[in-house]
Amino acid sequence: MPQGYVQIAIFCAVLVAAMPLLGGYMARVFTGERVLLDRILGPLERLTYRALRVDTTQGQSWKAYARSLIAFSLLGWLVLYVILRAQRVLPFNPQSFHAGTWDLSFNTASSFVTNTNWQYYGGESTLSYFSQMAGLAVQNFLSAAVGLTVAIALIRGIASRRGPAGDGSIGNFWQDLIRACYYVLLPLSIVGAIVLVSQGVVQTLGSSVTTSPLSGGHGLLALGPVASQEVIKELGTNGGGFFNVNSAMPFENPTGLSNFIEMFLLLSIPVSLTWTYGRMVGSRRQGYAIFSAMSILLIVGVVITYIAEQHGTPAQHAAGVHTQAFAGSTGGNLEGKDQRFGIAGSALWSAITTATSTGAVNSAFESLTGVGGLVPFANLSMSETVFGGVGTGLYSMLIFALLAVFIGGLMVGRTPEFLGKKVEAREIKLVSLGAIFTPIAALVGAALAVGTKFGKPSIFASGPQGFSESLYAYMSQGNNNGSAFAGYTGYYQPTPGNVGSHGITFADLLGGVTMVFARFAPILFVLAVAGSLARKRVAPVGVGTMRTDSPTFVVLLIGVVVLVGALTFFPALLLGPVVQGLTGRLF
Amino acid sequence: MAKFTRDLSTAALAVLVLTVVLGIGYPLVVTGIAQVALPGRANGEQVKVGGKVVGSKLIGQPFVLDTGKKDAKGNPITRPNPQCFQPRPSADAYNPAVTFFGNHGPNQASTMFLTREALRAYVALERPYDARLTPAQVPVDAVTNSASGVDPHISQANARIQAHRVAAVRHVPLATVDHLISQHTDGRFLGVLGEPGVNVLTLNLALDETPR
Repeated sequence: MPQGYVQIAIFCAVLVAAMPLLGGYMARVFTGERVLLDRILGPLERLTYRALRVDTTQGQSWKAYARSLIAFSLLGWLVLYVILRAQRVLPFNPQSFHAGTWDLSFNTASSFVTNTNWQYYGGESTLSYFSQMAGLAVQNFLSAAVGLTVAIALIRGIASRRGPAGDGSIGNFWQDLIRACYYVLLPLSIVGAIVLVSQGVVQTLGSSVTTSPLSGGHGLLALGPVASQEVIKELGTNGGGFFNVNSAMPFENPTGLSNFIEMFLLLSIPVSLTWTYGRMVGSRRQGYAIFSAMSILLIVGVVITYIAEQHGTPAQHAAGVHTQAFAGSTGGNLEGKDQRFGIAGSALWSAITTATSTGAVNSAFESLTGVGGLVPFANLSMSETVFGGVGTGLYSMLIFALLAVFIGGLMVGRTPEFLGKKVEAREIKLVSLGAIFTPIAALVGAALAVGTKFGKPSIFASGPQGFSESLYAYMSQGNNNGSAFAGYTGYYQPTPGNVGSHGITFADLLGGVTMVFARFAPILFVLAVAGSLARKRVAPVGVGTMRTDSPTFVVLLIGVVVLVGALTFFPALLLGPVVQGLTGRLF
Repeated sequence: MAKFTRDLSTAALAVLVLTVVLGIGYPLVVTGIAQVALPGRANGEQVKVGGKVVGSKLIGQPFVLDTGKKDAKGNPITRPNPQCFQPRPSADAYNPAVTFFGNHGPNQASTMFLTREALRAYVALERPYDARLTPAQVPVDAVTNSASGVDPHISQANARIQAHRVAAVRHVPLATVDHLISQHTDGRFLGVLGEPGVNVLTLNLALDETPR
């Protein structure tokens, strides 16, 4: 047990050490300061602007910024849908897979454009290398970059000192997008992919290898361009695995070190963005405050998951299995976990993949203990504020910070201010709408699925576990997370290659709509807040100003996040994971 | 609306350019570097015996004997090969081309039955060679499904129990088998990260090459 805590502590230390480096670098990238990679990437960047015929010296109002973002996401969605439907005639399809069904492809396209990466399909048995590389992995980059642009736009709105006389510009979407892709995501991906290959993650365009297993018969090793996709899947907090079992598959995640690197990648940008924020608003302490609130919420979840998983499950105890650790055995609930990660490497991953919007898994969530499974639920109910997705985490948390400022202001009877800007009725309306859309999407989706007969074919397990599956499916899609209690299905495939398969249309469409709604509605509100803040007069700091960089504010912020999340989701959680955590009964 | 149309055309160009750079250029560059610098790793660490690929070092596989009988669906019924170390239970019968999770819930009665049956089978296989073995000593990894379904490793405790059987059936000293186990244990990275595991495939191959 102490050994596991050592692994977790080292992980946190490495992340914190990297934060100023990557955070400072991103701040320089988005404020247009010189960076080391200018020499190599500058020509590619300028060439791209020329190809797009955009003038990046022009700032955009929030409406223009939002319009460009929506147009870009819409086109990305269409191209991905066409690629998925046409994979039979596209190149790099050595297994000659047929196209997925229309309803499944709708779900998958929505899933990857929204940075969710919810997967009703099994990658290695349904998708060609082209669909994975040029379809899904491209959206892994682009959806992460879009999230980043929104966070940067909001920071610019907060940091703007031009007041009502300014033009209300929050930056140029196309420039932010291209710089996010070329300067932040691409270099880290290339380095990360090579490091992962060195651990044994496969990377080839050759077809599957036929094997002669030692026990006779024939075997098949499914290979592919995995490492290049694996790295951006974590770095962009996407989570869609090349293989169906995601990062549990040894070809995606072969060693203890690769597990560590992948976990580092999936938290690196969300953690570092708090530093970027502090730097861009001109006060590191503001960044520390956001970072502290997020860290406390994350670490509580990690420790709870670890303790719960080390305890084992009622089913194991009833079967007569002793789940204590002893020399040569990790003990604990190893159902649905691989030996090389053990309890600590799986529990830490489960907590951080749901706190961030990644949703990649290295263990089977369906087999988590009741309490261990409650942590992913709790993380989802906090609406991506605990580091969250690339960009989405920071903007979601800043929205909650504005809410906290408002509530704090009400308590002491002063007009709330955030970094010298008065938060008024318009902003609070936008903030409230932005904060409420994710829970609405999640709960309405789950209610529709459970309340009608159409949700039933998707459910796998009996009893409260079946309810947990359904609720989790819509909370995950509604938070653009993508992890799953994987018994929940939306696609039947009798044999590999999509022949004779069919989607569960209801689950595919409801899920797809939930993801799109929960992604783009909050983005519009956040950009509107950014535009509104950009034109505010800056008031000097006075004795009556409520500080937003103090420990008191950190506590207030945590309180607001937990209260809003808990009040919204607690009744639903009672029916599923809480029941399972409280009882030793079997269903 | 005119502005949105202009945005759409820029967006179309952007998706095209970025698909070429990130969707084709980037993976091809990475594939090129990987295939030149690390061909073994990039192609899945294939293991060859007598010129034939028997599998991958990273992917577990079953070690079974055919009983000659068939089940109701016509699939052959197999039993564990007593000469070999046995891997963990698998939800997908160790098929790395179509992986899926077992999805056995923590409070499901079905999970309890499966786990109890796995425990019974494990003790029944090992007990004849290790009279002091009790169910309480069986490590959890031996009776639970892995996540990947193709977990290449078993725990050291699991391997030490099975060593009694393998040594007896192969007529090899127990000390020799224990020594091979430690040789085929993948430790933690720098002694810290991950959990140690015994690679079942390479261990069994090494046993085949050990003189009796």
